[in-house]
Amino acid sequence: MQSFGLAHVEFLAWAALWTVGLSAIAFVGGGLLGFAVALLRVSSNPAARVAAIVYIQIVQGTPLLILLFLIYFGVAVIGFTGVPAILAAGAGLTIYASGFLAEIWRGCIQSVPKTQWEAAECLALTRWQRMTRVILPQALRIATPPTVGFLVQIVKNTSLASVVGFVELAQAGKLINNSIFEPFTIFVTVAVFYFALCFPLSTWSRSLERTLNVSRR
Amino acid sequence: MSYQFDFAALLPYWPEFVRGLWLTLQLSAMATVLGFIVGTLCAIGRADGPPAVKWAVAAYVEVIRNTPLLVQIFLVYFGIATLGIRIGANTAAVAALVVNVGAYTCEIVRAGLESVHKAQLEAADCLGLSRVQTYWHVVLRPAVERVYPALTSQYVLLMLASSITSQISAEELTAVANRVQSDTFRSFETYIVVGLLYLLLSFVVRIAFWLVGLGVFVRRRKLGTAL
Amino acid sequence: MSAVANPTRAAREDTPRSSQAGAPVVRLHDVHKSFGALKVLDGVSLDVGPGEIAAIIGQSGSGKSTALRCINALETIQQGTIHVCGHAIHDPGLDRRALRRDVGIVFQSYNLFPHLTAEQNIMLAPTCVKGMTKAQARDLARAVLSHVGLAEKAEHYPEQLSGGQQQRVAIARSLAMRPKLMLFDEVTSALDPQLTGEVLKVMENLAREGMTMILVTHEMAFARKVASKVVYMHRGRVWETGTGAMLDDPQTPELRAFIGNGL
Ligand SMILES: Nc1ncnc2c1ncn2[C@@H]1O[C@H](COP(=O)(O)OP(=O)(O)O)[C@@H](O)[C@H]1O
Ligand SMILES: [Mg+2]
Repeated sequence: MQSFGLAHVEFLAWAALWTVGLSAIAFVGGGLLGFAVALLRVSSNPAARVAAIVYIQIVQGTPLLILLFLIYFGVAVIGFTGVPAILAAGAGLTIYASGFLAEIWRGCIQSVPKTQWEAAECLALTRWQRMTRVILPQALRIATPPTVGFLVQIVKNTSLASVVGFVELAQAGKLINNSIFEPFTIFVTVAVFYFALCFPLSTWSRSLERTLNVSRR
Repeated sequence: MSYQFDFAALLPYWPEFVRGLWLTLQLSAMATVLGFIVGTLCAIGRADGPPAVKWAVAAYVEVIRNTPLLVQIFLVYFGIATLGIRIGANTAAVAALVVNVGAYTCEIVRAGLESVHKAQLEAADCLGLSRVQTYWHVVLRPAVERVYPALTSQYVLLMLASSITSQISAEELTAVANRVQSDTFRSFETYIVVGLLYLLLSFVVRIAFWLVGLGVFVRRRKLGTAL
Repeated sequence: MSAVANPTRAAREDTPRSSQAGAPVVRLHDVHKSFGALKVLDGVSLDVGPGEIAAIIGQSGSGKSTALRCINALETIQQGTIHVCGHAIHDPGLDRRALRRDVGIVFQSYNLFPHLTAEQNIMLAPTCVKGMTKAQARDLARAVLSHVGLAEKAEHYPEQLSGGQQQRVAIARSLAMRPKLMLFDEVTSALDPQLTGEVLKVMENLAREGMTMILVTHEMAFARKVASKVVYMHRGRVWETGTGAMLDDPQTPELRAFIGNGL
């Protein structure tokens, strides 16, 4: 039996690329979907608001693991078989990310002072113009630090994609462990990879937040 | 779409679901209580400890917050085994969850501690309270009260995340689901049921925290401030 | 008034006030204090005898608060000596807890504990520091609260009280420790005139009951009426000292200018 070596690290490095790719899919997909849900959540239509609230509550009240299983087995139910793992994992993480991003962004939109809405209304802007020209640009500044912070959650949670057979960092670690059984060394190395991906994002998010707090004062 | 849903196939397994649900609640409750203690002590150490303690807590928090729970669970499970100590999957699960949520609690409580004004400490000092008394009566209570909503959200997330301990075969709700679906081949139905059970649980946990908050933070109740 | 209802000392209206009446409660001798390069106290000397009411006045930044904080060992001094109720404040081995039992201080910003009711704010120190039972402390709290005219506000939280009421609770909280000396740092500066009046009345009652007090204040009329000693501080020094009458006949141009501005 061979022991943990450079070849394994290389394998993990390739898997880390898949982690990054899956994170990107989840962030872009979750961002688009989440933005739509956030707009529904603050819309003037009560039915739309309720629908958005229900969606957010369900996504935030279900473990990601269960979401992934539901998608994985759900697409088979609809009649698609042999769906690539990256699609199932990407879809699951997209839904997960959208539920949380929608709620984060709703908070940011609503933290723009009410007087800004009123001022925009007095300038005879339409609701859409008010949103896109006045509110969203301000909300964007507030939203950047928590959004970058949530990116860290996405990267970490891609580790659960292993349950639908997607080979990313954590799954690669498990595969290596199955063949050479040196769990401690292997998973410490895996953790180091994740740390290297997440720590810069966390630091960035924090420094963004500091800048924002300073400029607000 | 020609799929025939068959939830009836799951009926015989209801005692298993209940057992899993119960274990999930137990794991989460233990991890919540222990994690709160660990996290609060860390927050105090981070705020007022000697430099070495501050540094150690900061490192602990950063490492935990920037690595996935799944990997932490593997490390605790296999790590403890490597030390030659044999513990069950459930114990390892609680240990990993405590290590994980302790770091998040530390960050939340620290924000609360920082929000307590320095003048409050001076006032307590001038009344003759000792450092420990000041910490207990004047700093910790209002700090935790202030961050209680954030703590609630964190512990709901913890309960949901406890599903990941199924990966080291702790016999909680998700592990039960995995077994039932492979027995019945009713995978979709199984995960729908379990998903609903988790929704119910997160609702229950929120209510529990709300009730505890009502009991502990009397001021909020009297002034009608939402928790 | 019964002994419980009046937690401070018995009324001694007939006792003449003077610094000769006994050893000083507070004695500052040549106190120097700097924050970095900034010299804030530049050789301050001051005696306050038992039962005396000393009012410290002066421009903002002249070192009044710092002097008060030094007396209560909230700041360390670089030179000089301070004796308060028999405690040597300048001594590094000072027993702060013992000092705290003898000296009460009230700040401009009340500093009540927001999560505790008025009553609980007052009960905290007697239970923690003096080891009173909850019941004893509650009786005491009720007594001092009625002393400052707030008996019916015992169950209220600070945010449910006006500024003047909060400040009176803060005074009551200090009184509950039965201090020998009370320090007040601009306790009415954050209040509007009407609320100022109700706080000053409480302080005037305390003075009449014989409490030794040092107060930093901008209320010239109050200083003139209540203080047995007025201390004008300027640039970190005691510039002029006298009785209330000093304010009608200032000796230094600085005090004259200050009073001119103040009135
Ligand atoms: N903790 C401190 N650090 C640095 N400078 C201080 C501090 N406290 C007070 N000062 C400075 O000392 C001077 C005197 O302050 P203070 O005693 O508060 O004056 P007053 O109460 O008479 O207005 C001011 O210039 C103030 O800025
Ligand atoms: Mg001052």
